[in-house]
Amino acid sequence: MKHKAKVQEKRQHSLVRADLWLAAALLLAALAAFTVIQCFIKKEGACAVITVDGRILHRCSLNEDAEITVSGYDGGKNTIIVSNGTVYMSDADCPDRLCVRMGAVSRTGETIVCLPHRVVVEVTASGKDQDKIDGVVR
Amino acid sequence: MKGNVRRIAFCGVFTALAMVFSYIESLIPIPVPIYGIKLGIANIAILAVIYAIGWKEAVIVNFLRILWTAILFGNMNSFLFSAAGGALSLLVMIACYKSRKFSILGVSIAGGAAHNIGQVAMAVWLMDSTAIIYYLPILLAAGVFTGAIIGIAGGLTVKHIKASI
Repeated sequence: MKHKAKVQEKRQHSLVRADLWLAAALLLAALAAFTVIQCFIKKEGACAVITVDGRILHRCSLNEDAEITVSGYDGGKNTIIVSNGTVYMSDADCPDRLCVRMGAVSRTGETIVCLPHRVVVEVTASGKDQDKIDGVVR
Repeated sequence: MKGNVRRIAFCGVFTALAMVFSYIESLIPIPVPIYGIKLGIANIAILAVIYAIGWKEAVIVNFLRILWTAILFGNMNSFLFSAAGGALSLLVMIACYKSRKFSILGVSIAGGAAHNIGQVAMAVWLMDSTAIIYYLPILLAAGVFTGAIIGIAGGLTVKHIKASI
């Protein structure tokens, strides 16, 4: 009986060791991906692309200050402000308002996401085609 | 036969418990402005079902939890996100459990990471924006930490309920 308990304990230890390796591997992968994204993908952005439910509504240069209100999925409203080369969500009527709390972004690949309204503001490098489609309020 | 009735009753209790956990969690505001970071306390109930009853029952309990939580407290949007996270998480947890290479802690960690991968995949698909993928590293790391906490809690739960099932 005592022997059996000892075997059980030994097995448990080797299992927990495997758990720790798994955790370490996942954290390492996350850190590696994070470093790659920070160092190689994020650069000084030039353009903010606003999409709602996958459709591009606006492209605006980060150099020109603007205030844009979009109506998102489910009829929600999001107010996006471009100022001093950065873009942020100044107001939204979604339940969690996480998008407002995300703060300002300015580097390529950085995004502000409002999941309930399916609004994505993404900073991109090229600011060439700045065809403002509609609803730009200054 | 009598044992079977007990198991079915326990499945019902755990389904209810998982739903209440999901609901309680939706009431707790997230301290950081990133989507998808949460403890995942409903997973304590799912882990308990896997270990104390069986993985097939866990599939049913998890499915019912996701469906009914969405119907009672959520909407189509929240259903799609929790279904993506919940299904991938349970799939990975069952695979890890069946492999017999990890303890409940590792199973929970793998589940936490898989849950967040599933949710990011759903966000990319729903919003048609690949830029959301850049959140994955942070969410992956968060999933490991919350998965570890839930794994410890789940281990304690299983230890205490196993005798009565």
